[in-house]
Amino acid sequence: MIPEIGLAALWLAAALAVLQMVSGAASLRAAPGEVNPLAIYARPAAIVQAFLAVLAFATLLYSFAVTDLSLKLVASNSHSMKPLIYKLTGTWGNHEGSMLLWVGVLAASGGLLSAFEKRLPDRTMGATLAVQGFVALGFYAFLLLASNPFERLPVAAAEGSGLNPLLQDIGLAIHPPTLYAGYVGLSVAFSLAMGALLTREVNPAFARVMRPWVLGAWVLLTLGITAGSYWAYYELGWGGWWFWDPVENASLMPWLAATALMHSVSVLAARDALRTWTIMLGVLAFSMSMLGTFLVRSGVLTSVHAFAVDPERGAFILGLLGIYIGGAFTIFALRAGAVAEGKRFAALSREGALVFNNVMLSAILAIVLLGTLYPLLTEAFDVRVSVGPPYFNPASAIFAIPMLLVMAVGPLLRWKSDKPARLQFELALIAALVIGVIALVSFFGQYPLLPLLGLGLAAALAVAAVLPLKGRKLTRVPVATWGMVIAHFGIAVSLFGMACEGAFSEERLAAVAVGGTEQIDDFKVTLDSVMPIAGPNWTAMQAQLSVSDNGAAPVILDPQARTFWSPPQSTSESALLTKWDGQLYAVIGNQAEDGRWQIRLWWKPFVTFIWYGGILVALGGVLAIAGRVRVDVKRRVASAKGARRRADVEALGAPAPVPAE
Amino acid sequence: MKAKHQRLVLVIIALLAIVGAGLLAAWSLRNQANYFYLPEQMAKAPPEVGQAVRLGGMVQKGSLVTEADGVTVNFKVTGNSADAIPVRYSGILPDLFVEGSGVVAEGSLGPDGVFKATNLLAKHDENYVPKELEGMGTDAAAKMAADTTVGLK
Repeated sequence: MIPEIGLAALWLAAALAVLQMVSGAASLRAAPGEVNPLAIYARPAAIVQAFLAVLAFATLLYSFAVTDLSLKLVASNSHSMKPLIYKLTGTWGNHEGSMLLWVGVLAASGGLLSAFEKRLPDRTMGATLAVQGFVALGFYAFLLLASNPFERLPVAAAEGSGLNPLLQDIGLAIHPPTLYAGYVGLSVAFSLAMGALLTREVNPAFARVMRPWVLGAWVLLTLGITAGSYWAYYELGWGGWWFWDPVENASLMPWLAATALMHSVSVLAARDALRTWTIMLGVLAFSMSMLGTFLVRSGVLTSVHAFAVDPERGAFILGLLGIYIGGAFTIFALRAGAVAEGKRFAALSREGALVFNNVMLSAILAIVLLGTLYPLLTEAFDVRVSVGPPYFNPASAIFAIPMLLVMAVGPLLRWKSDKPARLQFELALIAALVIGVIALVSFFGQYPLLPLLGLGLAAALAVAAVLPLKGRKLTRVPVATWGMVIAHFGIAVSLFGMACEGAFSEERLAAVAVGGTEQIDDFKVTLDSVMPIAGPNWTAMQAQLSVSDNGAAPVILDPQARTFWSPPQSTSESALLTKWDGQLYAVIGNQAEDGRWQIRLWWKPFVTFIWYGGILVALGGVLAIAGRVRVDVKRRVASAKGARRRADVEALGAPAPVPAE
Repeated sequence: MKAKHQRLVLVIIALLAIVGAGLLAAWSLRNQANYFYLPEQMAKAPPEVGQAVRLGGMVQKGSLVTEADGVTVNFKVTGNSADAIPVRYSGILPDLFVEGSGVVAEGSLGPDGVFKATNLLAKHDENYVPKELEGMGTDAAAKMAADTTVGLK
């Protein structure tokens, strides 16, 4: 019964998406000053639709919680013996469930937009909601026609076949939903951009409406990518934190576009420049979200994340992708010329720096996009290739390095135009830090070029990030400015972590007998024992390693080689010893014929800074939103007060204005 | 500079940068992409020594030997013909890596004709088959598919 309610809710939501689309479009046809009778339904339709889609997701969540084995999806992806938390997270650990989550978030953000956004002109809002409804409709159709999550089995299964053990992890609980919320938050930016373009309302007021959505989506993407990177780091047991895996790239590409969009929308809001560019980035960012969904969901890629291959679904999403991206860029091409030119600025100005970095971000996006799609292209010609770090690292660094340098200087520049002479001290300081750190580090040893540059840039960026606060009274600095400072500082922290991991990591691989000791950096690692243990749905060989740092009291690490029985699969659970200045990473492998155990150890100095940095960047984004919202609320309160005062004056008997004859 | 001109200049700069990125990508993809070889292809036309490539096939039965250090393994990879490429790998073997199952080795050919693997990809779970092992089109492929897709419904 419960799943049928979910299915019915989904169909109703789809129907409401049609209503929202029609009603939103009707508002465009209204004569000036009048309201089209059809147009009043768009907002309520979006809100009710949000409730229905969330309800549909909740029923699926419930079916997973109680392991309703008459549902095909539950039977093939869950297991009654699984811990409850993984039953719940298993809801989105499969194709149908994750698409339902996607649609649920899409509807919820559309509902939020129509419930709380009152600043936009009605026509623009109508067009925005029509676009949002159109996007939602396509994905409802995809769910209902090609991947129904509520499909029943003719006969209930006796037992479920379990969830991929790699996904039975708390990382899965937070990583995909955050990422999806980010992906889909960009859909609102997309709809707003299209709405503004269709009604020719590309102006700062529109940018101020769009900004919190872009910032919010960007914060969620940042957190999702950070969490995903950490998940891959400790769960895959390979010791790396970024593999340029197509699915990772699928989340990085919308982030790059959203980063560019966030900056350009700020310029539009503050300075009324970069109008068309902002619209284009809005379209691009959501296109990248959809492309990411297509890459992950269509099965054209094989990766840890890609589920069973299904060409029909791939073709369906590709079709949707073609309609939305093609349609959006067509409208953009037709209408962009009609958008009036914004305010001008000199090349050397804050806008100039932002434009430069926007272009650099787009170039990195192009590099990542081409690298991700290249294997698919060559496969059409029956040449099988894979593209990895030897391509991505240097190619993206070529654009990332100038971008990071400009990022250090940009916030110090004035709007509109500036003179380099004013910034002599800051420029010299930044240059000295880059060169000084690189010289200092290369004095102590031979390191690869990219990590070396990364260290220099990280130092310069960390200092440059706080320079905008120089000479200001800290208590009077706006919250949004703090957000920028912290986010830029977070980039420096993250870059420092990446560079240290790249330059100073140590690795030790050995077969160790029980009682044997290995040395890595200052750590003495002794294999005390290897014992079999059992969990709720797995058994494992667990090694006990005592790690003593420079003769200090030993700490116990227990990496495991786990074997799951449903589905049958093995994973290696790494064990981490986290210190303030790095992590010791231990993995246990197979037993050699002579009884020794394979142990792989890494000492990764400051590797944790990669994720601390990511969290700081997200925190900066949150502060930026908080700052904007605070200013906005203040403004609303002030204007309400003003209106009240005027009303009071009127009530006190001032003569009512007499309309002129 | 007129307003129209500024927009034009911006568009041109942006286009140049993107096209530059595209060209750079195309050029370095040709050099850096990791080509996939079957054992018979590698025997016939070996890649240059040191060039990063991928080798995919089956682990020959009876060829897996662990060296005295306990972490270095040597084995042979075979494909659709009698050619067998010796592979050497130091590290923890992937889960469920056994003789007779499919494997993709990432690495490069050494001057001695031994393929030095830096990473091995094997059966990951019941739904994951290394892409290259799909549709090899012979008995071996069918067998390999059966080996690498246990439990797939």
